[in-house]
Amino acid sequence: MSAQKNRLATGGRIDRSRPVRFTFDGKAYYGYQGDSLASALLANGVTLVGRSFKYHRPRGIVSAGAEEPNALIEVGTGNRREPNTRAPQIELYDGLTTASQNRWPSLDFDLGAVNSCLSRFFPSGFYYKTFKWPKDGWLFYEKFIRRMAGLGTGSTEADPDRYDKVYGHCDVMVVGGGPAGIAAALAAGRAGARVVLVDEQSELGGSLLSERDRSIDGKPAMDWVAAAEAELAAMPEVKVLTRTTAFAYLDANMLSCVERITDHIGPNASGPRQRLWRIRAREVILATGSIERPLVYSDNDRPGCMLASAGRTYVNRYGTAPGQRVVILTNNDTAYQTALDFAAAGVSVAAVVDLRANPQGALVQATRDKGIEVIANSAITHVKGAKQVKEVDVMSLSADGKSVTGGVRHIYCDTVLSSGGWQPTVHLHSQTRAKVVWNEELHAFVPGPVMPGQNNVSVGAAKGVFGLADCLAEGHEAGAEAARRFGFTNAAGSAAGAEAEPAAEPLRPMWIVPSDKPVGQGGKHFVDYQNDVTAADVMLAHREGYLSVEHLKRYTTMGMATDQGKTSNVNALAIMAGLRGMNIPEVGTTTFRPPYTPVTFGVFAGPDKGDFLDPIRKTPIHQWHADHGAAFECVGQWHRAWYYPKAGESMHDAVNREVKATRDSVGIVDASTLGKIDIQGPDAAWFLNMVYTNAWTKLEPGKCRYGFMCGEDGMVFDDGVTSRIAENHFHMTTTTGGAARVLSWLEEWHQCEWPDRKVYFTSVTEQWAVFALNGPNSRKVLEKVVSGIDLSEEAFPFMSWRDCEVAGVKARIFRISFTGALSFEVNVPPSYALHVWRALMSAGEEFNITPYGTEALHVLRAEKGFVIVGQETDGTMTPQDLGFEWIIGKAKPDFIGRRSHLRSDTARPDRKHLVGLLTENPQEVLPEGAQIVEHVKDKPPMTMIGHVTSSYWSPNANRSIAMAVIKNGRNRMGQTVYLPYDGKVVAARIAKTDFLQDGAAANA
Amino acid sequence: MKQNYSIFTLVRNALNYHQDWQEAWRSPAPKPEYDVIVIGGGGHGLATAYYLAKEHGITNVAVLEKGWLGGGNTGRNTTIVRSNYLWDESAHLYEHSLKLFEGLTQDLNYNVMFSQRGLMNLAHTQHDMQALRRRVYAIQLNGIDSEILTPEQIKEMVPILDCSATARYPIMGASLQRRGGVARHDAVAWGFARKADERGVDILQNTEVTGFRIENGVVKGVETTRGPIGAKKVGIVVAGHSGVLAGMAGFRLPVESHPLQALVSEPIKPILNTVVMSPQVHVYVSQSDKGELVLGAGIDAYTSYAQVGSPFIIENQLNALTDLFPCFGRLRMLRQWGGIVDTCPDASPIIGKTPVENLFINCGWGTGGFKATPGSGNVFAHTIARGEPHPLAVPFALDRFTSGYLIDEHGAAGVAH
Ligand SMILES: Cc1cc2nc3c(=O)[nH]c(=O)nc-3n(C[C@H](O)[C@H](O)[C@H](O)COP(=O)(O)OP(=O)(O)OC[C@H]3O[C@@H](n4cnc5c(N)ncnc54)[C@H](O)[C@@H]3O)c2cc1C
Repeated sequence: MSAQKNRLATGGRIDRSRPVRFTFDGKAYYGYQGDSLASALLANGVTLVGRSFKYHRPRGIVSAGAEEPNALIEVGTGNRREPNTRAPQIELYDGLTTASQNRWPSLDFDLGAVNSCLSRFFPSGFYYKTFKWPKDGWLFYEKFIRRMAGLGTGSTEADPDRYDKVYGHCDVMVVGGGPAGIAAALAAGRAGARVVLVDEQSELGGSLLSERDRSIDGKPAMDWVAAAEAELAAMPEVKVLTRTTAFAYLDANMLSCVERITDHIGPNASGPRQRLWRIRAREVILATGSIERPLVYSDNDRPGCMLASAGRTYVNRYGTAPGQRVVILTNNDTAYQTALDFAAAGVSVAAVVDLRANPQGALVQATRDKGIEVIANSAITHVKGAKQVKEVDVMSLSADGKSVTGGVRHIYCDTVLSSGGWQPTVHLHSQTRAKVVWNEELHAFVPGPVMPGQNNVSVGAAKGVFGLADCLAEGHEAGAEAARRFGFTNAAGSAAGAEAEPAAEPLRPMWIVPSDKPVGQGGKHFVDYQNDVTAADVMLAHREGYLSVEHLKRYTTMGMATDQGKTSNVNALAIMAGLRGMNIPEVGTTTFRPPYTPVTFGVFAGPDKGDFLDPIRKTPIHQWHADHGAAFECVGQWHRAWYYPKAGESMHDAVNREVKATRDSVGIVDASTLGKIDIQGPDAAWFLNMVYTNAWTKLEPGKCRYGFMCGEDGMVFDDGVTSRIAENHFHMTTTTGGAARVLSWLEEWHQCEWPDRKVYFTSVTEQWAVFALNGPNSRKVLEKVVSGIDLSEEAFPFMSWRDCEVAGVKARIFRISFTGALSFEVNVPPSYALHVWRALMSAGEEFNITPYGTEALHVLRAEKGFVIVGQETDGTMTPQDLGFEWIIGKAKPDFIGRRSHLRSDTARPDRKHLVGLLTENPQEVLPEGAQIVEHVKDKPPMTMIGHVTSSYWSPNANRSIAMAVIKNGRNRMGQTVYLPYDGKVVAARIAKTDFLQDGAAANA
Repeated sequence: MKQNYSIFTLVRNALNYHQDWQEAWRSPAPKPEYDVIVIGGGGHGLATAYYLAKEHGITNVAVLEKGWLGGGNTGRNTTIVRSNYLWDESAHLYEHSLKLFEGLTQDLNYNVMFSQRGLMNLAHTQHDMQALRRRVYAIQLNGIDSEILTPEQIKEMVPILDCSATARYPIMGASLQRRGGVARHDAVAWGFARKADERGVDILQNTEVTGFRIENGVVKGVETTRGPIGAKKVGIVVAGHSGVLAGMAGFRLPVESHPLQALVSEPIKPILNTVVMSPQVHVYVSQSDKGELVLGAGIDAYTSYAQVGSPFIIENQLNALTDLFPCFGRLRMLRQWGGIVDTCPDASPIIGKTPVENLFINCGWGTGGFKATPGSGNVFAHTIARGEPHPLAVPFALDRFTSGYLIDEHGAAGVAH
């Protein structure tokens, strides 16, 4: 086991008896169970962990949490490689493989670092000013720029993991498992409320995890946490979710959370990797804590520069020192706790450099008492060491704090910790679109009034209340109060207590820590580490007029990195405010949008992948089609039999055979996918009169009628046959793809426009299997298996329906035809479908009954010029355009679309009309979608007058046939037009759409 | 004249620590009256002002923006630029815009990063294929580049796409517009703003129009949060708020405002070099120069002025994405936002006169107006300057909803960005 040189002998929440092996950039290391990748790397003395986005500057670990801007790591390999993962949030497990990113050829020697040398030429927005020559040069430059950008490398293999989704409901949702959040959950839970407590860390405790010797209710704080955890676990109505980030606060108190279930176990874990929770809460308690701000000092990005609080977390929680010798730079008292904890853990603190003139607070004194030097009224003006801090320069501040004076002190160290104060984590509060307000005492934004309807309250550090006792009390009160409000009356107990913190002196806001050179001319003062935005860049944005916060962000890319500015937003804003001579709140805040931290795409997709992307719908006899060699096509969500090739047959052969057999004898098609809507109620006929263009009130029970529905714009929207079952009862059929759309349409008109009408719509698409027998012998086939009705023309005429039995099964037969041939559509309950289908097949055997698929169906209907909505129409065709003048109920006072038919352009006689098209060469089958011109030119542009909507080889007409919509087409019968496509020109004649002039009348 | 932006001036300024760069645009006080007021400091409004000054010599112009310039849909869109539209009227208008885009960086002396990396529209069913062919043939006959790709060609261009036949919606083909691509949205707004400012246009940010001064049916000026401002002519270019402004002027528009959402992933090294759109499984994606995957889908069905949408839209969209690109499953969503898009019943814009004399409107670009920014500004400037629609704008007049001369781009378009 290699030595963990920075590991402390004792302390922390790691298990020293359980070493864990991991690799970083191919090199093996050991950490302990309970380590994060960041703490394990620090323990092993690895400070250089990444390269920045733009300048490829060497970078180390800055934080110990979700705010990490620098330490972005590729976790895993192959199909599990996951770029840009924050090292402090990666839990160590045995076999964890990690790598640095955005460097080539190696982290230590990165050629991209030449950007850093040239950084002077690459200020913010430089790319807007250059790469403009030659005119189309950008694509060339872009290649290189893209390669330099982009941080980690995504896997190109399919993600092998599973994801889950779940919905939850509760009375009280607590976000954040620190002292305030735990207190809230305890109080609400004890009162009897249903509570969900989420925390993004692996265990509860929040800030207490980083404390050294705090106590609550007289016992060590973490003992109190453990007891609380046990108590919560015993409450049946309380759920505690650790490793769960509430990342979005949505409307009406819904929170999206992601639970990381197996990420900390590794690829061999069973179960889903992550789970998406959508939790609707009656009340949300935001106990999300606060994030420390770094100071903006010269060279503040050197590996080894870290937040003071992070240093403390590494020492106290992980039992590792961030380095061997530390200098602390601060503008407030909290960093002194770090100094004290370091001293207690035996880590050497070279000095605390305080920006304040004369700090005298209790912690400051205690630090001095420990013999640690406090250098007041001073600043760090340089940090030396490219890949690891080696030394800092310290100088005294001038009276106004804008510059430095006097001599330089060089202090040897390998770590610089800074604290610029604390910013409450107001992200979720802000996501509700509630405002945040600037607090002059804390020098931070705190939550403003909550949004109406978004019942939440912020407590503890998230609200800017930092004392432990106060946090416990606030959390308790919020939890108890919410429970009380919802009527839970069990005793909530009383708030836990803690000793007060030593009194602190105010912080000194100093948004840029001066150096001996003007900002931008010496070392770099980084504001946004990851995106390499410096104080000088903010100044440049100001100079160039990018003044509003959003312009600043977009121009400099400040706050746009994967950490979303958690450590940089306020600093940048404050610097801009200083430049503009305004107060910080006058400059504005940025709105926080979800997600709080980046969330895996896969977890949004959840299990709905592959075949579950969209339900696959199959007809009740799908398997029969498959068994008989059918090829299938996707029609909407349906898989429909397309054609049934026999051995050796091409698609063309099979379709020809099916089409011919149907015209000559009998064919059968599975039309179960047809949309079917059962319509009942006293106003059913009235309603149909409104949604269809033709008249419905006089249709007798037992009869069927074909109709078009139009949109308000008068354009055809769907079509189908609807039958009157009884006075107040209709059976509507729609197109296969349009079924759901039509049902919503009917409901919309009913619910929004005519709510008083008594009519009810029920989808019955799947309650009926539909088999259509087509062809001259269809009656003969059906006669063999039908009972209860007379199938003769006289007894059962075209466009009527009858109830009967087919093969012993109750059936409803419609005499309607989509082929123009004699046809019977047999409807039976789906559970009997296969039985009936088989019966029809064997009854038809002597007539060579031929199952046909959708392709033959299309050819057969085209031979007779029947339209398919969605093929002949595209939302721009009226029924009149399609040649259905007769289907418009002229006598009807109104129907949807009627008024639009009266508009001048819609009423024009020379609109595009549906016509037939016969190619000059009868063998030439046009592609559907081919465009039609009157006059061919050598090259485009050419004026188009229409396009081919349907086109097939017709074995019955023994030639190619096509339908087309052509400007003024009906008045151009016989004219020759041209179709230029795929480099050739085909001539065709405009014709009628009935391509079987020689007969096969509609209902022979 | 503004400072020239070039590699040479960049180097020269670097030597002086970039102290000498000038502001990109002024922050002037409003004048009492302008020849033309353009309401809305989005790309379209700024482009209108720029072309008024550049091509029509009208420089006494103000652009009134209620927030910060480019903060509306201009700064929220997924930056797809293409001209492969079905109908002649649209194709000509968008092609006009695409051609302007091709010279925009030079014209504005501002790198708008127009990256013609090609744009692919996938087809997943027989029906998709028919619609796709129809569009490609039409586009080709309009003299605009477009071609059909086989699944093999698609796989070669975008190897990470799942082109397997067993996919839920197998990829059957695609259309490709090679001249299509993406541009940097902010740069378009800023570039236009800077050059308009250079020609004397006053860009008034944080100036919200709250009403119109209309006398005898003729517009005389506007009321704003900074007081009244007079104008001889006024153009409304406010995208999602068009209905609100029309209401202030006393007329109605056939426009609905809906949320449209978009999101980006964390940045990664180049993995996708073209724009891929799939109307059927409903997602489209490109990779920005920064490395973020930028993706979007369809609008939220309800109307709203709040710039947020429903979470399930995002879920569906990521379903679709990870199905088409199974390797994207482990990437992460970094940012997510919404804009308010102004949609017309026929999914085409409205450009031209209004019932109020000297008041003009340009709206209805809905989910797809970024690509039209220069073209729209160009024809709208012409329309305002001459008081007559630009020839390309004629079919897009408001009265088409009275006549029924609709330019319905819904039909064969699906997702229209
Ligand atoms: C998520 C999303 C993705 C998109 N993707 C694409 C795409 O990929 N490709 C594409 O071509 N298009 C896309 N679009 C559409 C495109 O963004 C818009 O069509 C286009 O940007 C509109 O530009 P605009 O200048 O008209 O509007 P905007 O940029 O919205 O500008 C309108 C301006 O008017 C201002 N305003 C409003 N009311 C007032 C008032 N009373 N007084 C003063 N000012 C006012 C607003 O503040 C705003 O700045 C997308 C849109 C969204 C929302």
